[in-house]
Amino acid sequence: MNEKTISNKERLAIPRQKMPAQDPNERVTNFREVNLGYTPELARMEALRCIQCKDPVCIAGCPVNIKIDQFIKMVADGDFLGAAKKIKEDNVLPAICGRVCPQEDQCEKVCVIGKKHEPVAIGHLERFVADYERQTGHVEIPEVKPPTGKKIAIIGSGPAGLSCANDLVRLGHEIVVFEALHELGGVLMYGIPEFRLPKEIVRQELDGLKQMGVSFQTNVVVGRSVTIDELIEEEGFNAVFIGVGAGLPWFMGIPGENLAGVLSANEFLTRVNLMKAYDFPESDTPVFQCKNRNIAVFGGGNTAMDAVRTAKRLGAEHAYIIYRRSEAEMPARHEEIHHAKEEGVEFLLLMNPIAFIGNDQQQLTGVRCLRMELGEPDDSGRRRPVPIEGSEFLLPLDMAVISIGNGSNPLIKQTTPDIEVSKRDTVVVDINTMATSKNMVYAGGDIVTGGATVILAMGAGRTAAKAIHEKLMGESHGFDEW
Amino acid sequence: MYTIVSAIFLAENIKKIEIEAPRIAKKRKAGQFVMIRVSETGERVPLTIADADPEKGTITLIVQGMGKSTRELNQKKAGDSISDIVGPLGTPSHIENFGTAISIGGGVGTAIAYPTAVALKEAGNYVITINGARSKELVVLEHEMQAVSDEAYITTDDGSYGFHGFVTQKLQELIDSGRRIDYVLAIGPIPMMKAVAEVTRPYNIKTVVSLNPIMIDGTGMCGGCRVTVDNQIKFACVDGPEFDAHLVDFKNLSDRNRVYLPEEKKSEEAFTHKCRIEKQG
Ligand SMILES: Cc1cc2nc3c(=O)[nH]c(=O)nc-3n(C[C@H](O)[C@H](O)[C@H](O)COP(=O)(O)OP(=O)(O)OC[C@H]3O[C@@H](n4cnc5c(N)ncnc54)[C@H](O)[C@@H]3O)c2cc1C
Ligand SMILES: Cc1cc2nc3c(=O)[nH]c(=O)nc-3n(C[C@H](O)[C@H](O)[C@H](O)COP(=O)(O)OP(=O)(O)OC[C@H]3O[C@@H](n4cnc5c(N)ncnc54)[C@H](O)[C@@H]3O)c2cc1C
Ligand code: SF4
Ligand code: SF4
Ligand code: FES
Repeated sequence: MNEKTISNKERLAIPRQKMPAQDPNERVTNFREVNLGYTPELARMEALRCIQCKDPVCIAGCPVNIKIDQFIKMVADGDFLGAAKKIKEDNVLPAICGRVCPQEDQCEKVCVIGKKHEPVAIGHLERFVADYERQTGHVEIPEVKPPTGKKIAIIGSGPAGLSCANDLVRLGHEIVVFEALHELGGVLMYGIPEFRLPKEIVRQELDGLKQMGVSFQTNVVVGRSVTIDELIEEEGFNAVFIGVGAGLPWFMGIPGENLAGVLSANEFLTRVNLMKAYDFPESDTPVFQCKNRNIAVFGGGNTAMDAVRTAKRLGAEHAYIIYRRSEAEMPARHEEIHHAKEEGVEFLLLMNPIAFIGNDQQQLTGVRCLRMELGEPDDSGRRRPVPIEGSEFLLPLDMAVISIGNGSNPLIKQTTPDIEVSKRDTVVVDINTMATSKNMVYAGGDIVTGGATVILAMGAGRTAAKAIHEKLMGESHGFDEW
Repeated sequence: MYTIVSAIFLAENIKKIEIEAPRIAKKRKAGQFVMIRVSETGERVPLTIADADPEKGTITLIVQGMGKSTRELNQKKAGDSISDIVGPLGTPSHIENFGTAISIGGGVGTAIAYPTAVALKEAGNYVITINGARSKELVVLEHEMQAVSDEAYITTDDGSYGFHGFVTQKLQELIDSGRRIDYVLAIGPIPMMKAVAEVTRPYNIKTVVSLNPIMIDGTGMCGGCRVTVDNQIKFACVDGPEFDAHLVDFKNLSDRNRVYLPEEKKSEEAFTHKCRIEKQG
């Protein structure tokens, strides 16, 4: 089939191209990436499914408004490198977003052909294009403008901080990124596992930034090692961007939560990803012995899926997801839920934990749960789960992982009281500029929105970069030139 | 990489290490700690900042070889370096002029208590120190402690030096002598801290302990360091490490600290084995 001659009817007749993946039985024994990526042939076939709408509504579905129709046309034409350039006009981390965006709730949700057929696999295509560019060695380091003499501090090296750094360094500013941990990348490194996002990809993005001149200082906890005021007053920074994420794990507040064997998803995933505990004792940090044990993860988001699939890979006999509502309400990406099921994860839905039970060494032995049913819709229109009387039962467990979300780390608030925060401790900003209540201090990503998505964090970093640049240099000084 | 400026043994298995860390040296306050990673594959280990020299840009750690990470660190010499050091972490000790303050250190806990004892002295307290060790060879910082104390006592379990007995017996003696005691700080093994809390509880003496749960990030991100205080969950790395001794659930702390014992043993055995092979080779 040919891009030039194919009719819309023919396009619609092409089925959505499946993403090749490692066999489920095989992949639960390793930490390698599950999805293997499209071949050029699959990518072109999938790209042909796009009917090139006059009014491409998919673009509005993408938080950073990637020119989706245009890049997909280039893929159909076989111009993969051109497509990569096109995407990068709007998204600086396509290899990452193509893998982790909740496409079904964003670009693919509004794709017109999704009404009758399956939507175009925009995410898979984005991933293919970015991988193609990287794997064929065609990633170009963008040009950097002459030095402006302005110095900007970026706090946190997650997607918000990295995208802000990327835009600002290209405009000729001196950029220093401060990161609390010993490794850069934020949740991309310590949260999302290798089997979903190979760390090599994140490292290459970081290398690109280093080549453009961004300097990175790990092991600096802003608020403790140095305060924002000191950065501005003593170290001469002209502006500061706060991208510290939402890193304070919530617990459920039920009895027994402090038993040994009950841990947060952040702890479990940090041990395995950041500290490489799967490689113990080659790496010194141990992880809970999952082999042949019963493990439950409480929650229904991406973090919960990552934790439960990690437990499975560490050899868990039973790996359960325990969730209060039904599958339809689960916030996780559909693909992750699907993959988890294929890997043998057991979903215990409409189930509410009421207490953890332990032995006299205060070691977890099980959880007491109530079964729920969906009641009347609440204010938000969602049917609220209500407990079924007398349905209590005990599920034997060796490890419980709590994955019900994160609050904001209070450190910045405590040490910079003139930055306004909400009741939930998130930083308050003007959404057009990401400016905080403190002069020349900006913020974006999870610290502003609460736990959200990579693409939103990235978009916020870019909005802030634009505003910082304009503020420092006067009205839109060359920002739109590239 | 962070360079070690000096490293000397204070007692068998306890080493005093001075490391270049200018930002930390400038900011640290009594009661705060750092997380270190000896090598690229290393664990993140919490260690109290025993002292600092802001001019020179160095901090001092006093480290007891307990398992793989601390023993690997203790093999380092001046001129060597370690991969990572981050801090100062934790909430600084609450310091004021309480009146008469007793600082109790058990084993390497003496080193952890030292900076707080200095701060208590500087705030105008009458400072009494009680430092316990199993035997004479394990007594650390004797002279430093004496220098900040109005009264300094040493206790040994085997009676080889100082008072024969436990730190709690010495503490009880001081209380029984009828003198006014306003504040007690106790740092050491969990059973010791628990015992001190029980001694002071009936007299309602304000007592503070520095807790040592297993930590990973040390910045409040993982919740691995959570302890039960006054029946509430606290993160020791941000809310602590110092807490009101009379409200701490010590059993919960020691039970939680045991979770990774089999793995820690494995890691240490592998390390000892490697050391032996290197010695032979
Ligand atoms: C396990 C997991 C899976 C996820 N899966 C997905 C997914 O599939 N798709 C998706 O879109 N989103 C996913 N998310 C959410 C997504 O990762 C976040 O929304 C995103 O990373 C937020 O970016 P950020 O830059 O705001 O913060 P982060 O990525 O959290 O980065 C913040 C960085 O700041 C550092 N920091 C914190 N405090 C300080 C300080 N005081 N000084 C210096 N540095 C500091 C932190 O160490 C961290 O490195 C997932 C999250 C988790 C935890
Ligand atoms: C805030 C804080 C400050 C500390 N300050 C100092 C200090 O100044 N000097 C010093 O020598 N030690 C200090 N410690 C204790 C030190 O962190 C541990 O001894 C160290 O983590 C053990 O690591 P390892 O790999 O050598 O031993 P591992 O093999 O991990 O463990 C060996 C033994 O130590 C116990 N252990 C493991 N982790 C800890 C821990 N975090 N705390 C206590 N015991 C543990 C284990 O149960 C085991 O019995 C401090 C701990 C905390 C939490
Ligand atoms: S960045 Fe995310 S939302 Fe935007 S097009 Fe790509 S996959 Fe879709
Ligand atoms: S809405 Fe769907 S079909 Fe239309 S341009 Fe976008 S991707 Fe193509
Ligand atoms: S060590 Fe992770 S929260 Fe304290």
